[in-house]
Amino acid sequence: MATVPIIQPLLLAVLLFTLGLIGVLVRRNFVFILMSIEIMLNAAGLAFIVAAARWGQADGQVMFMFILALGASEVAVGLALILRIRRRLTTLDSDAANLLRG
Amino acid sequence: MLNAIWIVPAIPLLGAAILMISCGLLPPRMVGAIGVGSLALSAIIASIIGINFMLAPPPGNSFTIILWRWMTIGSFSPAAGVYLDPLSLVMMLVVTVVGFLILLYSSEFMRGDEGYNRFFAYMNLFVAAMLVLVLADNLLFLYVGWEGVGLCSYLLIGFWYQEPANGLAARKAFIVTRIGDTGLMIGLFLLFTQLGTLEIQPLMLRANQSWFSGSEIATLAAALLLIGAIGKSAQIPLQIWLPDAMAGPTPVSALIHAATMVTAGVYLIARTHVLLALAPSVQMAVAAIGAATLLVAAFAALNQHDIKRILAYSTISQIGYMFLALGVGAWSAAIFHFMVHAFFKALLFLAAGAITMRLHHEHNIFRMGGLARRLPVAFWSFLIGAASLAALPLVTAGFYSKEMILSAAWAGGGGIPILWTAGVVTAFVTSLYIFRAVFIVFFGEPKTEVSGHYDLRITLPLIVLSVLALTAGFVETPGGLGSITIFSKFMASVFGEPSITTGSAETLRLMIASLLSLAGIGLAYVLYMHPSQQFVAWADSPAILRWRQFLFAGWGFDRLYNGLIVQPFLYVTRINRNDVVDHLYQGIASASRLLHQLLHRSQTGRIRWYAGWLAAGSIVTIAVAVLR
Amino acid sequence: MNVAFYFAASTAVLSTFLVITQANGVHALLYLVVSLLAVALVFYTLGAVFAAALEVIVYAGAIVILLVFLVMMLNLGGTTAREAQWLKPQVWVGPAILAVILESELVSIMVSGNAGAPSLVVILPRDVGITMFGPYLLCVELASVLLLAALIGAYRLAHIGRSGG
Repeated sequence: MATVPIIQPLLLAVLLFTLGLIGVLVRRNFVFILMSIEIMLNAAGLAFIVAAARWGQADGQVMFMFILALGASEVAVGLALILRIRRRLTTLDSDAANLLRG
Repeated sequence: MLNAIWIVPAIPLLGAAILMISCGLLPPRMVGAIGVGSLALSAIIASIIGINFMLAPPPGNSFTIILWRWMTIGSFSPAAGVYLDPLSLVMMLVVTVVGFLILLYSSEFMRGDEGYNRFFAYMNLFVAAMLVLVLADNLLFLYVGWEGVGLCSYLLIGFWYQEPANGLAARKAFIVTRIGDTGLMIGLFLLFTQLGTLEIQPLMLRANQSWFSGSEIATLAAALLLIGAIGKSAQIPLQIWLPDAMAGPTPVSALIHAATMVTAGVYLIARTHVLLALAPSVQMAVAAIGAATLLVAAFAALNQHDIKRILAYSTISQIGYMFLALGVGAWSAAIFHFMVHAFFKALLFLAAGAITMRLHHEHNIFRMGGLARRLPVAFWSFLIGAASLAALPLVTAGFYSKEMILSAAWAGGGGIPILWTAGVVTAFVTSLYIFRAVFIVFFGEPKTEVSGHYDLRITLPLIVLSVLALTAGFVETPGGLGSITIFSKFMASVFGEPSITTGSAETLRLMIASLLSLAGIGLAYVLYMHPSQQFVAWADSPAILRWRQFLFAGWGFDRLYNGLIVQPFLYVTRINRNDVVDHLYQGIASASRLLHQLLHRSQTGRIRWYAGWLAAGSIVTIAVAVLR
Repeated sequence: MNVAFYFAASTAVLSTFLVITQANGVHALLYLVVSLLAVALVFYTLGAVFAAALEVIVYAGAIVILLVFLVMMLNLGGTTAREAQWLKPQVWVGPAILAVILESELVSIMVSGNAGAPSLVVILPRDVGITMFGPYLLCVELASVLLLAALIGAYRLAHIGRSGG
């Protein structure tokens, strides 16, 4: 097993998270936004695994499994919604879905 | 038996409640029965109590009963209490008996009016409030009655409310008396904070102990009470509401604005006379106000052509006499005159009403004439009332009461010749104006047709009041005419022993006063019975005409107040038409609208924008956590 | 083993960066798969073998496949001019600033703490299973309910009814 100081995987998780955040904020296409959200979820899961490795317990992995289940259900519903939006607005531009503006 | 005193105001109150709740449900006969019957019952019980009191006076000649405690806040615990002594007994008897007669009269007078039910409800409420006023044992309970009569006065002046002028007159009356009420309220505050109680008898004891005669605090308290009395009793400078109050039905004018409510001020001062005696400057002011008012009002009455306005100014003038008596310390004289005045003034008003109801409600005396033969009942009633008002010597009650006041104005503690002079001059003018009315209305050529007939309910009160107006004076005669002092001896426990003055100077003054009133009648006969061309021409000459118009407008008080108070107030309201204070609240609304405009731009509906703000928010939160 | 870690970490970062900058949908997804595989390797080096397996099977093997289906269905493959137009440089400025700030905050938090060294234990699937169905049983059941709800929701939302949507 690797013996890197535990802060380095954590830094990796942070980096991946911010990259995902940038992706959410920058991309205009719904599908890419969804992808970026998945990246963020993955990074969070990585942080949990790092914690599990630090303490040598399985709880982190259990949390990671829950995050997986969560991510899966979220992607499923999200994709269905994207299909609906596509049918309704005939475009996948997130800026076009602004009926809730003030 | 005296314990049942609380029934006397309770019955009219109950009657008023029944009539108000059942508005429109009961037939008019039953309404009349309830309205008049409650007062009859009250009068009977009051008379029984009165006889009981006079035959077997309670210890100390006064009887107090506490009905219930109103509230208890620290040391302030006013009660609803009744205090029965000769003064309140006399007031109570006058209110109930005269009230009963007037209500009996009005059950016929107001017949057919669509507000019949309302009328009797208000009148009963009024009598209940007035009885509370005169029977109260503390000033707070008295104030409750005071406010109650003010309310009923407003309701009854504006009785025919469809006519805007009536509503205006009612509001004017209410607002002007309000000025007095405010003074009274401040006076009550002062008395309570200084003396610690509002119960009248303990109050006067403490005032006597703690305050020096002529001290500032006593003067202030007495002056504030005086302001209240002036408002309610329509003395100068607050007399402007009474002539306009004649817009109400005639029985209302008879009961409220002649016999009872307007004398509430006199009662108040008589009741708290100890306070007034502790403030000689205020007492002097009372006498001066009384003298000025009686002169001003008498001259104003000389020039009116509405029969009810003549009587209204006459009321103001006669109450001026009562104030004059109070001002010179002749308390019993004031109350005696009050009693006699209630009889003959109610009689005059009821007779005037009897005239107008047969003449299709014509009020202008110059359109009446020759009614002596056609309306004998009205004629004789009015004549007896007029004679009593003019203090026709020896036979009328008015003579004796007025003489008592005039002799006190000369002699007695604080008697000053100028007051006596004002009194006798006004006596002359009084008989002049009232017999002017008599001659113009009842003699000469008839100008309006007479219709209808009189019911017993009209004639009976007139007869009873006529008898009272003639005979009620015999309980108190001056020194040179028998020295009967039944009345003042009866009042001795309240006001102290009477002082009797005899002597040739006294008799001389008596004769001067009598001659002057007879002279007034004579002058009126000469001028108005068969008015000569010269007189008419002289009366219409420009200078005299202007003077007459001035008197007609009540010495210009209305115009003065209009220019001094009403117009500036209207000016201010016109400037503030857009309501500065409202702008404050509108400003709040427009500020929030502005804020909305600003924030509205952040609601773009775009997902990335919201996500970005989410991120920014979480950054800030984490930053706060990090920097701690 | 450390070398493996560093290698996998850099691959993950690089491919994630490429995911978010691609205009072509299919390319982005493929880079995403690479990133996930690299993260799985990181899991393995940290001793979480079960998590590494799950990452490959479920994440890269199911979730990304769903996304692939969608991309294929909506024909997002092939560089669309519109997509490229949306990725102009000035769009990156704001998010980049936000991200940098966030990252610096998180890093400062982590650096200030005393994280320590990893424990050199391999956590077997058996341990994970015992932990999961022991103290975390309720969460497992809730997760199953969540999946059921997502299943029904996704079906209902994507279903084209007779009314046409």
